[in-house]
Amino acid sequence: MIRKLLISYWRTKPIKKQIKEHPILPPKEGRVVTFTFDGKELQGIEGMAVASVLFMNDIKVFGEHYVDHSPQGIFCANGQCAQCTLIIDGKPLKSCMTALKEGMRIESLKGVPALPSEDEPVPVSNIQTKEVEVLIIGGGPSGLSAAKVLGEKNIPVLLVDDKDRLGGKLVLQTHKFFGSAEDVYAGRRGIEIAKILAEDLRQLPSVEVWLQSTVVGVFSDKIVGVLRENENYVLIKPKYLLVATGAREKMLTFKGNTLPGVYGAGAFQTLVNRDLVKAAEKIFIVGGGNVGLIAGYHAIQAGIQVVGLVEALPRCGGYKVHEDKLRRSGVPIFTSHTILSANGTNKVESVTIAALDENWHPIAGTEKTFECDTVLIAVGLASVDEFYQKAKDFGMEVWVAGDADEIAEASAAIFTGRIAGIKILETMGIDTGENIEQLEQKAEIMKSRPPPPKTPTVFDLEEGVFPVFHCTQEIPCDPCTSVCPRDLIKMSGDSILSLPYFTNEEPCIGCGRCVAVCPGLAITLADYRKDPDFVYVTLPSELGEKRIKKGDIVHIMSNTTEIGDYKVERVRILKEFPKTELVTVKLPKEQAKEATGILVQRVESYSEPMEIYHKEALADEAIVCRCERVTAGEIRKWIRRGIVDMNELKAITRAGMGACGGKTCNLLIQRIFREEGIKDVVPGTPRPLFVEVPLGIFAGTKKEEEK
Amino acid sequence: MTTYDVIVIGAGSVGVPLTKILAETGLKVLCIDQHPSPGQGDNKHAIGGIRATHSQKGKIWVALRSLEILRTWEEKYGEDIDWIEGGYLFVAYREEEERLLKETIKFQKKQGLNINWIDAEEVNELVPGITSEGLLGGTYSPEDGHANSLLINHAFYSQALINGAEFKFKEAVTDIIVTHGEVQSVRTTKNSYNAIFVINAAGAHAQYIANMAGIQVPVMSDMHEAGITEPVKRFFDPLVVDIRPQQNELFGNSKNYYFYQNKLGQIIFCITPDPPQYGLSTQETSQFLPQVSQRLVNLVPRLRNIKVRRTWRGRYPNTPDGMPIVGPVKGVEGYINVVGLGGQGLMLGPGLSEVVARFINDKMTERDQLIFEEFSLYRNFSSQELLK
Repeated sequence: MIRKLLISYWRTKPIKKQIKEHPILPPKEGRVVTFTFDGKELQGIEGMAVASVLFMNDIKVFGEHYVDHSPQGIFCANGQCAQCTLIIDGKPLKSCMTALKEGMRIESLKGVPALPSEDEPVPVSNIQTKEVEVLIIGGGPSGLSAAKVLGEKNIPVLLVDDKDRLGGKLVLQTHKFFGSAEDVYAGRRGIEIAKILAEDLRQLPSVEVWLQSTVVGVFSDKIVGVLRENENYVLIKPKYLLVATGAREKMLTFKGNTLPGVYGAGAFQTLVNRDLVKAAEKIFIVGGGNVGLIAGYHAIQAGIQVVGLVEALPRCGGYKVHEDKLRRSGVPIFTSHTILSANGTNKVESVTIAALDENWHPIAGTEKTFECDTVLIAVGLASVDEFYQKAKDFGMEVWVAGDADEIAEASAAIFTGRIAGIKILETMGIDTGENIEQLEQKAEIMKSRPPPPKTPTVFDLEEGVFPVFHCTQEIPCDPCTSVCPRDLIKMSGDSILSLPYFTNEEPCIGCGRCVAVCPGLAITLADYRKDPDFVYVTLPSELGEKRIKKGDIVHIMSNTTEIGDYKVERVRILKEFPKTELVTVKLPKEQAKEATGILVQRVESYSEPMEIYHKEALADEAIVCRCERVTAGEIRKWIRRGIVDMNELKAITRAGMGACGGKTCNLLIQRIFREEGIKDVVPGTPRPLFVEVPLGIFAGTKKEEEK
Repeated sequence: MTTYDVIVIGAGSVGVPLTKILAETGLKVLCIDQHPSPGQGDNKHAIGGIRATHSQKGKIWVALRSLEILRTWEEKYGEDIDWIEGGYLFVAYREEEERLLKETIKFQKKQGLNINWIDAEEVNELVPGITSEGLLGGTYSPEDGHANSLLINHAFYSQALINGAEFKFKEAVTDIIVTHGEVQSVRTTKNSYNAIFVINAAGAHAQYIANMAGIQVPVMSDMHEAGITEPVKRFFDPLVVDIRPQQNELFGNSKNYYFYQNKLGQIIFCITPDPPQYGLSTQETSQFLPQVSQRLVNLVPRLRNIKVRRTWRGRYPNTPDGMPIVGPVKGVEGYINVVGLGGQGLMLGPGLSEVVARFINDKMTERDQLIFEEFSLYRNFSSQELLK
């Protein structure tokens, strides 16, 4: 009786780290079920990845690594590594890829797992084979766009993607996208673009989609092995192959880089934006490119504090508007700084950073330590191009598009995917009437890297109402020019890269559509009509209606300074642009054109480094190969003894022999070679499988009956 | 031009031990390989089984010595090569295999090998979870074992360097200069080197190297694929061989397949396609995993839950009778073959290297003479091994 009562009590208790309210995303629905973790009864949402469910229960240490017994947690959250492996109902499984079921018995993994002694014979069979016209690997922006082009010509296409929904990384992006409104849905949120692209495909009967289906190898007999829905292995023989596999995140070597709580921005977005897990209380971000800046913004939207961001270069490499969003939200950004160490005994407790001199060496005495529970690594992306390379080596008819070809924004991937689709059609001898050269020129513009921002020009008008542009960097973006009902916003040049301006040819009506559509939240509205000395300024906000209400006192920010506390006069949301609140405050005219946003968080000042972290971090201790726990020092030692062949290095140290197949350490090792001044490095030989797959699946064993 | 006592062509399972052992005897040795580092031909494709339980005298003698060298390596040099003396286990589920295996061990026992027929129960103890239905028993040779081919190669390489041997990588041999029936020098893509002895240890490329000296060797490579899994707690020691053939219309017929669990706990497995696939490709195919997995899961059902990590393809430089070709040739003084090891370079290389070193140093024993006779290029290649 008491036990029953207890259970019912637990059932009503909310799961600790669930995001119940999010300004953009709907709450996560699902049946709450009970499971055990190391014998303790817990609740989670049925069907959600076990790794996310554990995070929701504030469990971040999943086990101990078999080499050095150090604590292990989540790393890629993407099925690529095996760091999150747990014993689930007796079997070693990647918890980020295993859906939670009622009554699951989950145990942490200490050392290597024991194979369950399931010794009764099972029937085996030959696995399926299938011939297809076009196989597209990857259902992100580029793969979907290519499939659409092909499907519109009724070409049979099989598109496979390892996730449970189409859209690739778009499904994790809650912010509005840049690019051209006409060509690539700019001004819409990533999650919406994913839905539009996926919906387009549903209308095309010749396109077949396999979700939760991972390509594990491209083989020399021109056959592609696909693990379908984690249950069946299917060999596909395509006539034409398009590799649209996107990118993977780069990692960094620093002391403490394997502590649970150190992971990539992609994993963070998966936890927070896909599964609505409040994965952290306080995060620190390493890297000021778009990925890091956006992850910071996503954290703020999810109510997670961003205690700081470091960027090694003198300025952030990402879009200025993304950086501005963070700065005015109250995130300290440290350029020309690097991370020295993630600190903590069993998981991340703090992070230590330092300023860099012109030779990229940390300057002694500049260390700062921030309390945080998570360190996000966002130091760039690398193309997932191994399938393309293999297919090329094997003489297949193969194309590559999107990030798998060249790292750029999703808008560029939509474009290059379309181009790849057209090229495949033309190879088939189908006339598309498209001018590929012209399309490629456009694609190049979409791919262009952000230049240094220009000095903002101040518009001297002080009457009526008009938009103020805080957009000073020439990036490919034009939605603001497409929404003005009076067509009063133009580009200062003829390219999509040009900066917008207000023509003032006719009076602006102050509708706020430009404010709401701007992906950079970089347009405000200044209204001098009521009182020329106290201007009604309308600012965009994406924090949710509940967080800022009429009458609230908010702290108004410019992109560089604090302006002060002001009362919210009005909050409105335009029907056409949901989830963007237009917040109006009354500001003295001196600040009216400077104001850009509302402070969200204040970071308590950092501490000077505590004694134990004071000494310079030993880079040699940092782990390069996470799977086999090979240190930078070990790699350096062998390089200094004259090794120039990645294969030899692998043979001796085991770096790259682990579960992830060298996806993470490969680039880190190349970097050490560069640091050691060795240029002519022999690359390692890539081998299948892309991810580990149970032997029984290749043997065609039937899935066990559900009990 | 530098003159070497010996030039070894090929830095693989044979060439590197040979270089180490020759250098130890005080000779000036150069080892040349077209790859960027040692062991990058087929050494790294070897799965790591080391046995003396062959069915032919020469191989048995040579492999016994290899076993001794590898078994004591760590003790002697302090380097771990993942050696495990787990034995070899050939299993029998049909009378024909039982008969063949029993016949083979008669001969093997006569050669003094520690190998016995064990019953089904004992097989079950050695490999927990092996299918017991129809299991008749098997042969077990507890003194055989397995080790890591990459580490073995690296260990010999380190010792070769310590003993003063020289290595040239990324240099392909383009010619062997022979005048007046005597080897003069070796030409590579980068240089020329004089030598008194030139040893062909070029594995899958051996026939091309031999041709450069005007010699024909009946070596033809066939391709085998192998795979490795994630590590799990070790649950069996022996290298298990199942010699039953199997038909598979879709993924190809196969002869035997074999597997073991390495020191770390990973299962390494391999299969022999039937008919052999001749060629030099090391590119992996889509057939291997479906073909081999069915057989593994049938034999040890619990393996269905172990995750496969990686697959690769290597080459077996075979001779018509399955025995190596080792020794000097008529008409080309100074040229020595150590070729056609048929995928057994790892287990025969160390022992064979000592025999070749004694030949060069003129210290051949009576047994060495017998080995050279058995492995002679001029033997009758029509005989067949009882059990390869």
